This record gives sequence, C-alpha cells and structure tokens, in this order.
Amino acid sequence: MADASTGKARRRIPIVPEPGPEQQVRLYAATRKIYPRTIAGYFNNWRWAMVWATQLFFYGMPWLEWGGRQALLFDLASRRFYILGLVLYPQDLIYLSGLLVVSALSLFLFTAVAGRLWCGYACPQTVYSEIFLWVERHVEGERSARIRLDGGALSLEKLVKKWFKHIVWLAMALWTGFTFVGYFTPIRELALAFLQTRMGGWEIFWVLFYGLATYGNAGFMREQVCKYMCPYARFQGAMFDRDTLIVSYDPARGEPRGPLDKGRPAALARARGDCIDCSLCVQVCPTGIDIRKGQQYECIGCGLCVDACNQVMDKVARPRGLIRYSTENGLAQGWDRARMLRRVLRPRVLVYGVVLLALGLGLAASLVVRMPLKVDVVRDRAALARIVAGGRLENVYRLQLMNATEKEQVLRVQAHGLAGLLVAADEPYAVGPAEARWVAVRLQLPAEQAPPGSHPVYFDVGNADGSLHVSEKSIFLVPR
Amino acid sequence: MSDFLHAFWASYVTWATLGGIAACALLLWVTARKKVPLRDDNTTGHVWDEDLREANNPLPLWWVGLFVLTIVFGLGYLALYPGLGSSQGRLGWSAAAQYGDEQAKAGEALSAVYAAYSDMPVEKIAGNAQAHAIGERIFMNNCAQCHASDARGSKGFPNLADTDWLHGGTPEAIVQTITKGRVGVMPPMAAAVGTPDDVRNLAQYVLSLSGRSTDSVRAGLGRSKFTACAACHGIGGVGNTALGAPRLNDDVWLHGFGEEAIVNIINNGKHNVMPAQEGRLTEAQIKVVAAYVWGLSNKPAP
Repeated sequence: MADASTGKARRRIPIVPEPGPEQQVRLYAATRKIYPRTIAGYFNNWRWAMVWATQLFFYGMPWLEWGGRQALLFDLASRRFYILGLVLYPQDLIYLSGLLVVSALSLFLFTAVAGRLWCGYACPQTVYSEIFLWVERHVEGERSARIRLDGGALSLEKLVKKWFKHIVWLAMALWTGFTFVGYFTPIRELALAFLQTRMGGWEIFWVLFYGLATYGNAGFMREQVCKYMCPYARFQGAMFDRDTLIVSYDPARGEPRGPLDKGRPAALARARGDCIDCSLCVQVCPTGIDIRKGQQYECIGCGLCVDACNQVMDKVARPRGLIRYSTENGLAQGWDRARMLRRVLRPRVLVYGVVLLALGLGLAASLVVRMPLKVDVVRDRAALARIVAGGRLENVYRLQLMNATEKEQVLRVQAHGLAGLLVAADEPYAVGPAEARWVAVRLQLPAEQAPPGSHPVYFDVGNADGSLHVSEKSIFLVPR
Repeated sequence: MSDFLHAFWASYVTWATLGGIAACALLLWVTARKKVPLRDDNTTGHVWDEDLREANNPLPLWWVGLFVLTIVFGLGYLALYPGLGSSQGRLGWSAAAQYGDEQAKAGEALSAVYAAYSDMPVEKIAGNAQAHAIGERIFMNNCAQCHASDARGSKGFPNLADTDWLHGGTPEAIVQTITKGRVGVMPPMAAAVGTPDDVRNLAQYVLSLSGRSTDSVRAGLGRSKFTACAACHGIGGVGNTALGAPRLNDDVWLHGFGEEAIVNIINNGKHNVMPAQEGRLTEAQIKVVAAYVWGLSNKPAP
C-alpha cells in the first residue's frame, strides 16, 4: 500500500531466492503439505469415472448373490474361492498366477502406450485420495481456504471443521475395511454380526487394520506413498520410451513465460510465449510438482494440469494443448497428433499386446474347459504292498476327491494300466457340494501277474452321467 | 536353561545386538545433522565414475521417524522378550511355556469332547459319527504308520479290518492291546521239526490248511510234523488268542505267502512287537480309537 500511495515504479519482490552454488541442505526434508486445487475438465471427468467404476465394484460386489451364496467370496478358512459360478481350490493357484501375469502385462502395455495411466486413474491410492480430498474440500473449502484454515490460529470453526472431516473420513475408512473383510467372510452375516455386536476378533482386527490403513494412506500419506513407498511407480520408468504418451508442457510454445499484460503493445506480446505463469498447473497437481520443469518421477500422469491449462488457454484466447499428452519424439520434432498415434503401434507395444492377448485367451479358455473335479492320488505311506487272500497283491492309495461343483456328486473309481488290475470293494463315493473327501482305495493284482518293480497305473474317477471324469497316474508296486 | 555352551557367547550376542542398535542410532544421528552442498542443477556436486551425479532427493523426515520407531520397538522387544544372550526378558516368555499353555488349553477343550464318551460302551461309541471322525484322526496320526491308512496292515503288520484277531477282537482286548502293547514270539522251530526236507513238507501242510497247497504229497508228509506247532497254533492250526498265536487255517498271510515264506518263518522264528500307547494317548483317546478299530469289522450297537 505504501508503494502504491507514493506512486513509485512497481517494485519486484523475488519470491524464490536464487540458489547459490554453496547452499547447504540436509539429507532429510520436512514434508510440505500439498493442497490440490479442484479443477473441472476432460481428464478430471475420466478420473471420476474411474472412481465410480472401481468403487461401485469394490463396495457393491460383496452384496451380490449367485445361486444362494455370495457371488464373490474368498473363503480362506475352508480354502475355497467362489467366483460367480466357479469354485476354486488351492490347487487352482495357476489361475491366480495367470491373473497376476495378465495384470503385470497390462501394466506394461498401458505404461508403454500412455505412461502411468494406472497411477493417475485407477490405483486405489489415487482413487481413495481423490475421495478423501473431495470430503476435505466440501468440509474445509477450496485450496486457498484450506491453506488459510491450516495456517490460522485454533478457533472453534477450525476445530469443528477438522473434527467433522476426520469423522467422515473414519466412517468411510471403516466402511472400506468392512467391505474388504466382506470378501472373506460372507458380508451379510458380517453385517448381522456387527449389528448384534458379536463380530469375531480377527474380523474386527482386519476391519480396523484395512480401515485405518485407508484413513492414513488417503487422508495423510497421499502422494508420499507414490513418491517414497510404491515400487510400481519406480519401475514403470523402465517401460517408458521416446514414443510413450506422457503429460508434457510444450516449452517451445510456452516460453518465455510471463504474466498477461493487456496494456502491452502487440509486438511485445508476441515475443512472449503462451504460458502466462498463472501457476494453476502447479496448484492442481496432486503431487505438487511443476510440470513445466519437464518429466519428473513424481508425476502420476493424472492429466489435471492439462485440464487446468486448457481452461486458462480458453480464457486468454490461445489454442489449447500447451500442456498435453505428447511424446518426447513428438515434442522434439513437432509431430502432430496423428503422427504420434501412429507410433503407438511400435514393436514393444505389439509384443506386449500379443503376449497379453494370447495369455488372456489361454486363461479364459482353460477356465471354460476346466473340469470341476480334481483327484489327488497319494500312495499309502505305510504299506508298500501287501498280500491278501490267495496271495494276491494289494496296493493302498488315498484319493482326495475334490468336488468343484455345487451339487453333491456320486463318484466311482476305476483303474487301468495292468492286466487283471481291479479295485477292491468297488463302491461309489458321495462327495458333498464344494467338498473334498479322502477315501482309501485298494488295487489288487493276481499273483505272478507282473514282474517285481513299479508299474504305472491310472485311476479313472467320474460320475454316472460322464460329465465329470478325471484320470490320474500313480504306480503299483510289486515287491520282490 | 541357557542355549549357550559358554557364558562368553551370551555376552557376545548381547553386546553385538546392543552395539548394532547403537550403531544404527549413531548413523541416524549423524546423517540427520549432516549437510551437503546443493548446486543449482539440484545435484549435490558429488560425481562418480566421470559423470554419475548425485541428485538431491531428500528422504522425508517422517521416514526418519520410522527408523526411530524400529529402534524403540527393538529395545522394547529386547527388554520384554528373550533376545539379549541368555536374558529371559521381563515377560519371562518361552516357546516351550507357550506350547505347554496351548496344549493345556487344547486339552481342556478336548476333555469336554471326550467326556461324552467316558460312560459309553465301546460298541456304542463305534456308531457315533463324531467319535468315528476323531477315532479316524487318532488312527491316522498314531496307527497308520504300521497298519496303513485303511487299517488293512502290511506284511508283518496285522490287518485290523478283518475278523482275524491275534490277541482277541473284543473291545476289552483291543483296548488292552493298544494300552499295553503286544509281543508275539515264535521261536525258530527247524531243530524240532527235523531235516530241511521235513520243514518244506510242513510248509506245504500249513498251506494246505487254507487250501493253498501246491504239492499234496509233501503236504501229507508234513502233517505229522505239525505236532511241534500245535502246542501254540492248536490242532489243525486254529490259533490261540491267549498266546497271540495266529490262525493258520485261514487265507491270511501276515508274514508272507507261499512255501518259501513259511519255511523262512519255521527256520528263523519271529519276534513281532506292537508298542504300548499308554502315556502317548490318553485313556479317553484309546477308548475312542479302539471303538474305531472295533467298528471296522463289527456292526456298532444302536
């Protein structure tokens, strides 16, 4: 005010001191809290679409029923995974491995094409941070209001706002924890147990554990998780190349940056770049970086700075896309959009895509043709071979019959592989829905039928209508 | 009791542990105070291998807090639990004591289950589905090693699922067998029988008792030699459960089938042992597993 009243020439106040060559810093830095500003726009809409898509699935899925039971239930206690019509046993681990490989390859593919899409749009850390930020904004206000509130002295308003925010956060976090546990314990029973205050100790523990982890990660840690803890964030850098679409600032167009000055003569204005140095791109960034400094490891590729800059460019009547999804090659050589998109189909992407497609199809096909019956043959640990009436040889096996259907199955065991081989006490075995049953099965061979040694034999297990049939190899021992 | 051979090692471990923690704390303290120069290109000015420059990406302070937390946790743990040499820790915890506690708790929980069978006769327990499942598990863990998982035995180990009993198949006899164990002895009989030819004839006779003789002439010649065996195995080889002498006139071949196997037993005798389970299994467990075994060849009482 003093300057204005004296009418002196405008004085520039440097905000950031020039770093001298002998500046000293510590090895550890205090964390600077980030207050991301809200921004509307194309990429923000995509982010919220992903929030809805992922969270409708996460919160809603455990409540869906499938044929009288929870559609998606990972029953760890009885070691059965129920996924829609499938009943998976621990022996089906290969499908989990397949799923993980497919997920990893998808990450490779998406990252090679368009950078950290997963980080920016779909990762739970991003999604929950977004939801928690939404609450924060509605309770405490927009960025500037939040900065003011945190900087201000303790007041009744501050206390009420903070308390209210944390209560809402905790409620959401606990609901998240509850939903998580609902994937492992039938959620309707869990809800009933909660209402009757008779939840089990471990269930309470995991609700609190997952809930408080959500509260801490989405409420406090936020970008710190991506910057300092997440391994995926680090190794995604290895999948970038010069043709990867990344959020980038176009310095050729933007520099030299400077504030918009309407009174400036047109000739001077043209000497300036399009960047008006409004710092909105920095204010909206959830990791608090300045995209104009180029590609940085903190960038999660969410595109919010693109939305912010486009809005500003619209206002100052400049073309959009000063900050945009572009490639290193594209920026350096001034390629247009079509030329960059053509580069998407490069060998690296094609290889990822083909392998991913092949694996995905293979996984789907193997699930479709999967036989919902498993048989494990274990030779008896005690008796190698015994002699029974008439000097016939007998070997004992324990068969685990695993019924992966949800109906009771009556199974019959037969054997082949040696002439004269027969199953003693050939009887049907009833195995309950999704149950596994151990049965002892004896194979008999007439004396002198086979030379001493071990002979391959096969157990054929199946039901009456032939819809289930499995053949398992074992050996028959003939002692000397 | 200390796990160390010499008191030196206990103090060595103590000092190495505490020294390690102190070194971590010192390192943390030094690095927290250390300052490095910062250039305007955001590197520290440190260069290795010609062009590797150290960027200034400081660790956040809360991470230091985590380090401090691990030190505090470590010291607390060492104070409460054994870890410093032969120190027992303030809580006096030991793996053996915890195992004992858990055993006692499990025993308490189990005694309630077994209490239901204490007044029930074995014949009735055999018909109880829960007792059958418990009995089967006890059998699998304690008996199946010799008698096989289907209880039909193996060479030298009797079949428990048939009606051929060496020492009697009544519930009482089975409980006795499991509790005290059994010893079956057959002395070498070659001298009492006569020449090796006599022994072979006798073996053919024994085979003929179950209709499995391959040489009826030899079997006939062996008949007179069986008097030496009849003292224990009874006339006609009917067996004697009081002695544990097996029946020879059934089609059960505990120690091998055929002339050669029988000749071998006559010449060398046999000493077979079933170990006593007393002390390994409780009385209640023995009763339940006896019911399981009895139920393999008998119809349980309703």
